[in-house]
Amino acid sequence: MAKYLLLKHYRGAPAAVNDVPMDQWTPEEISAHLQYMNDFAARLEKTGEFVDSQALSPEGTFVRYDGEGRPPVTDGPFAETKDVIAGWMVIDVDSYERAVELAGELSAAPGAGGKPIHEWLELRPFYGASPTISDSECLFK
Amino acid sequence: MAWRKFLDATRADTARRRREDRVEEEPAPGPAPAADDTLQLYFLCAHPSLTPSSAVALTLRAVGGLTTRQIAQAYLVPEATMAQRISRAKRTVAKVRFDQPGDVATVLRVLYLVFNEGYSGDVDLAAEAIRLTRQLARAIDHPEVSGLLALMLIHHARRAARTAPDGSLVPLAEQDRGRWDTTLISEGIAILQAALARDRLGEFQAQAAIAALHADAQTAGETDWVQIVEWYDELTRLTDSPVVRLNRAVAVGEADGPRAGLAALAKVDAALPRHTAVAAYLHERDGDLTKAARLYAEAAHQAPNLAERDHLTRQAARLNARTR
Repeated sequence: MAKYLLLKHYRGAPAAVNDVPMDQWTPEEISAHLQYMNDFAARLEKTGEFVDSQALSPEGTFVRYDGEGRPPVTDGPFAETKDVIAGWMVIDVDSYERAVELAGELSAAPGAGGKPIHEWLELRPFYGASPTISDSECLFK
Repeated sequence: MAWRKFLDATRADTARRRREDRVEEEPAPGPAPAADDTLQLYFLCAHPSLTPSSAVALTLRAVGGLTTRQIAQAYLVPEATMAQRISRAKRTVAKVRFDQPGDVATVLRVLYLVFNEGYSGDVDLAAEAIRLTRQLARAIDHPEVSGLLALMLIHHARRAARTAPDGSLVPLAEQDRGRWDTTLISEGIAILQAALARDRLGEFQAQAAIAALHADAQTAGETDWVQIVEWYDELTRLTDSPVVRLNRAVAVGEADGPRAGLAALAKVDAALPRHTAVAAYLHERDGDLTKAARLYAEAAHQAPNLAERDHLTRQAARLNARTR
């Protein structure tokens, strides 16, 4: 099994095929979309492949240490930041191919006009645990 | 109708007497001896030296008897994290000496927090909060404990009507009032009535009175908004919270028209959560659909949770579809 992160972007991914902001959809189209997302997660729970799913608020703050005895510096949100994460789903699947298949299904969620959004989702593999019996034993053990 | 009149009369009496009774409003220290241990435990678990999240966790563990795993699941944190939070809280309160009477207000705030988290997973936190508040009401005779219990019961009564089958939010005005639990509402109103009769008004009784006025309306159109505004005025005097003033602006919008509501809203800090959502609603009522749609979309962007975000996006979509 291998864990993958499916990342959805508010901003930073290439434009979707069916790229219409949600507030321009009809209320029924919004309901259909949310239903699809819920059903997708529920189905992965049933197949034993679902790990976690969270959504993020669009606006965040940058923070850094500013030296001993001083409060941290906060700044942003920055208009020029290219990449804004909207949320993620973590899946635990048998293969890279399965992860791609599921990401494709998620990207097919219906949008404006009831047609698939075809949005770009980013698929990122987790670093796995170091295996006890390794194929490259001479290299790492 | 009788209930509305009773509330109105109570509020008038209370307003008249409030200032001279200020000092006596606080309950006499010293709970009923039989309930001492239970009460002491509530005070300990809600001790001011604890952070709100620690107080909530400790109350659910020590008073409620939930397992650490159940509490962790309810708050969506790992069990080990919750175990640490609870044991740190226990260490903090281990040093507490009860040489002074505990403060009921701190306990009520903790129970209110538990109730407001709603529920997730297997543990129904709202029901648990009600159970703990009932138990507290048996241990101490205090009108604000009754006020909080009444508030919880009346809100809990609306739970089934508050979400659509697909999980989306149903606003109060659109709820199927036939699905409200009338048994819980009657119980809540009876408890509130007894509390108000004692003439020691507090914020939870005032909030419960507002909830009761909503519960009293057979249809949204029959809501006594004028009296609700008056209770919000009471609440403003009791707490002077910006959130109360924000909610009051909505009530003013219903009682005196959207322009009056917008004027009231103009006096509330615009940075407050849900300010934009209220502005959108009032502009829609005022007939400015384009502006309302833009504000709904902006409010969705700032929404504190997914359910509200989706609800507000739907509102924007609904208006955009009408203005196209």
